[in-house]
Amino acid sequence: MKETRQLTCISCPMGCPLTVEMEDGVITNVLGYTCRRGEEYARKEVTNPRRTLTSVIPVLHGEIDMVSVKTRTDIPKAMVRECILALKNLEIEAPVVIGQVIVHDLCGTGVDLIATKAVRRNNP
Amino acid sequence: MMKRDIVIIGGGPAGLAAAISCFENGNRDILILERETYLGGILNQCIHNGFGLHTFKEELTGPEYAGRYVDKVRDLGIDYRLDTMVIDINQEKVVSAINEKDGLLQIQAKAVILAMGCRERSRGALNIPGYRPAGIFSAGTAQRYVNIEGYMPGKQVVILGSGDIGLIMARRMTLEGAKVKMVCEIMPYSGGLKRNIVQCLDDYGIPLKLNHTVTKIFGKERVTGVNVSEVDPATRMPIPGTEEYVACDTLLLSVGLIPENELSRKAHVKINPKTQGPEVDESLSTSIPGIFAAGNVLHVHDLVDFVSQEAALAGKFAVKYIAGLSQDGSAVAVEPQNGVRYSVPSRIHPGNAEDITVIRFRTDNVYRDVFLSVYLDEERVMHLKKRILTPGEMEQVNIPKKWITDRPGLSRIRILVEKE
Amino acid sequence: MPYHNNIRQDRKVIAMYDVCIIGAGVVGSSVARALSKYQLTMVVVEKEADVCEETSKANSGIVHSGYDAHPGSMKAKMNVRGSKMMESFCRDLDIPYHRNGSLVLAFSLEDLPRLEALRKQGYENGVEGLRVLNREEVLAMEPNLNDTVAGALYAPTGGIVDPFKLTIAQAEVAALNGTEFRFETKVIDIEKIGEGFKIFTDKGELTAKVVVNAAGVYADDINNQLSARKLKITPRKGEYCLFDKEVGNLVSHTVFQLPTALGKGVLVTPTPDGNLLVGPSANDIIDKEDNSTTAEGLSSIVAKARQSVKSIPMGFVITAFAGLRATEAGGDFVIGEADDVPGFFNAAGIESPGLTSAPVIGDDLAAMIAQKLRLKEKTTYVSKRKDVVRFESLSVEEKASLIRENPDYGKIVCRCELVTVAQIKDAIHRPLGAKTLDGIKRRTRAGAGRCQGGFCAPRVIEILSKELHLDPREVAKFNPNSVLLVEFDKDSL
Repeated sequence: MKETRQLTCISCPMGCPLTVEMEDGVITNVLGYTCRRGEEYARKEVTNPRRTLTSVIPVLHGEIDMVSVKTRTDIPKAMVRECILALKNLEIEAPVVIGQVIVHDLCGTGVDLIATKAVRRNNP
Repeated sequence: MMKRDIVIIGGGPAGLAAAISCFENGNRDILILERETYLGGILNQCIHNGFGLHTFKEELTGPEYAGRYVDKVRDLGIDYRLDTMVIDINQEKVVSAINEKDGLLQIQAKAVILAMGCRERSRGALNIPGYRPAGIFSAGTAQRYVNIEGYMPGKQVVILGSGDIGLIMARRMTLEGAKVKMVCEIMPYSGGLKRNIVQCLDDYGIPLKLNHTVTKIFGKERVTGVNVSEVDPATRMPIPGTEEYVACDTLLLSVGLIPENELSRKAHVKINPKTQGPEVDESLSTSIPGIFAAGNVLHVHDLVDFVSQEAALAGKFAVKYIAGLSQDGSAVAVEPQNGVRYSVPSRIHPGNAEDITVIRFRTDNVYRDVFLSVYLDEERVMHLKKRILTPGEMEQVNIPKKWITDRPGLSRIRILVEKE
Repeated sequence: MPYHNNIRQDRKVIAMYDVCIIGAGVVGSSVARALSKYQLTMVVVEKEADVCEETSKANSGIVHSGYDAHPGSMKAKMNVRGSKMMESFCRDLDIPYHRNGSLVLAFSLEDLPRLEALRKQGYENGVEGLRVLNREEVLAMEPNLNDTVAGALYAPTGGIVDPFKLTIAQAEVAALNGTEFRFETKVIDIEKIGEGFKIFTDKGELTAKVVVNAAGVYADDINNQLSARKLKITPRKGEYCLFDKEVGNLVSHTVFQLPTALGKGVLVTPTPDGNLLVGPSANDIIDKEDNSTTAEGLSSIVAKARQSVKSIPMGFVITAFAGLRATEAGGDFVIGEADDVPGFFNAAGIESPGLTSAPVIGDDLAAMIAQKLRLKEKTTYVSKRKDVVRFESLSVEEKASLIRENPDYGKIVCRCELVTVAQIKDAIHRPLGAKTLDGIKRRTRAGAGRCQGGFCAPRVIEILSKELHLDPREVAKFNPNSVLLVEFDKDSL
């Protein structure tokens, strides 16, 4: 089955409109790019788009109320929503250090959710 | 009165990088004054990734990027005061600040580095007609509520202005459960990075409406909706009859950043009307000798990496200044012309300049398939083909010191956009 | 949750109040202040959540000298008396006031006789010091005026006042002296009963011997429920632009143009806090709730202001707002007891120079009511109050000494206006304390500066929530429906 996907290149401010032609899930042609980076971006974005997810979760007994978190590496774009839903109702006890694992293997992505901010414990 | 060699106003990315650079260049008598409860400045609320590609060759989040500098400042034992608000700087470089513990703090500095950052333009500057209900926030304020306080300022959102903070907040609010209906941009192009348009808007199906603006705000108590109108690209005035009512409970504004120079003005530092930041030379020295400026207080940057670079340079020159090593002599003017809106620095003293002086600038419009040229007086020394130049992306050219020293009597360096 | 539940005030059950004042704007607050020196039971009923929420919050803040009103009118008499007492009145209540003088500009030689006529009218009204200036004299006083100016009437007694503080301070004095305030309480109906009145509100009924109608644009509705002498109040919208302090010295006097049928025209003036104010427009409207700004209104005031001054620095606008003047069909203030309804006192149609006249209106009505009810003065009356500290205006030494006394003065919340935690707590905990962001802004100026609360609003919400034991989601801009934070992150996921 033939299909075409329209993308905007993010490699530079040009924002070239890219067209990726596919047949049975295989890329047959990339059009519209003006440099090699554009073609590479198009191929990756069509076959395996990935994003880093960042959010915040509440900290208990911390000097601040929320700690920022991210997936250690990017995760499949299609799983972003499932992963953010998994963070609902999550809380963590202070202290927190940068890089601390908050959730192992978030939603089976094989990627950990880690803290991106240090939070000291609140002195009562 | 307390005495310090170097007082740095602001403990955000610029202030931290400046402090570390001062230390590494040999002056350890440094004090950073920060008005917030923590170091790191606005990066603390920029929890998205994409910071540090130039500096660390990896993609960090804002807090992580800040964290690296904060750790270093602490490791080096550089002195800082938090919750400390500077209320005055004078031409003699006496810095007055207040905080809870010290009360009034007056410090005689040998050099001052301005690193106060910038603030967001508010609704007033736009003069959008309508009511004044709750639910109108600048994007950065909303970012603070969502990322620092953990609260959502609304559920149905229209964003005016496609600056990067607006784009980032479109994604953040969507991820946290709000419906972002659209981003309106009065200009025919976005002020934000292409990558943010794709990953923050396109990924979530949020429309970006170029040549559109908000022309009326409805709702007396809380926002209930806005009118969005198309604008004539030539005049930027709304086209009558194109209004579309969009129901929403929140209007986020991402309509520009302004360097925060109220303190600089108190010290009678000369301000460049185009950047709204101090006029500086190659040493990042302002019009008042010994007062330096770097980062967003100088001109609004897109990338924090360049803020850090610029601030490190300011720190280095501040140390040199105190050591009596700067020798001003005559200066060559840097003149932005034809399509180039401003340049930083605006003059170069070859006697002080590094081997390479980086000139950063923005264009005044989108230009495609043009040349970026540098002239030394009438002699063209740089002629770079550019597929695109856009005001949303800061550009830079490197000026070797040799270009200037080889040409005695050179009066100005001109940077301009040329068709051919 | 309505805020009146949070008011720290023991409410005694009062069968019949001596006086019920409808409206807590500058007029209602002034009547309450003036009456609170007598031994009486008094309640002020206000539909909004704070004092100074309607006309009193959105006007020019000018203390007019009094040349403008027709000789013999209530407006003329009240204005001139108000102008003369304002300085000492503001000193007693610790309110910002400056006698900066005002100018009425004429732009053609044909208009110069109108300046002279205005001067004569002012003289007749008892205004002191009026002078007609020639072009050179005017430009020497105000170099940024337009070169086309032909002459001006100079009124050295003109002044500027903080209209919020003029209202809040009087209400505070009334509260200090035992006046009860019921906010978020809207009067629906009034009936004459025996020796008094029954007032029906959306929060229940109350009775009072005397009712004072200070209901602003709604004063006709209140009056017409009781009196056969019908009033007709038309809301006349006035729109304004407020500018950054950076350009606050564009003019030093209040600069008017020759008046028109709809009012005193567009003025350009400094404010007591150092901003620049331009406005108002004048449009009669129908909806008494419509205080929205309009594109036409804003562009019209800017266009008119450009006749007065060379250039209007539009890049420095920090906010725009609109207010409704209560314009009564008869063209004059309606002050006093309705002759067909004994015990019912009007303070209606109080448009410009209403702010200037308000203290006098309060004094006069209080005297009439005291006589009617044969009230005796209290021995414990407190006539003065101290305002929230204006930290920004203090010297560095004064700042330092305040921080030593109270470290909360060392914690800056609003960086544009240099407002501290101590001031915000004071604004919350004083009589009739602030309950909302706007309430804090009018009492302390936190959020009134160039960033319009961008930086300080999160801190102010935090302090309000802590001090008033509110959930942050209940903290609002000005009433319970104007909340700022709606839910926790991810609640809607």
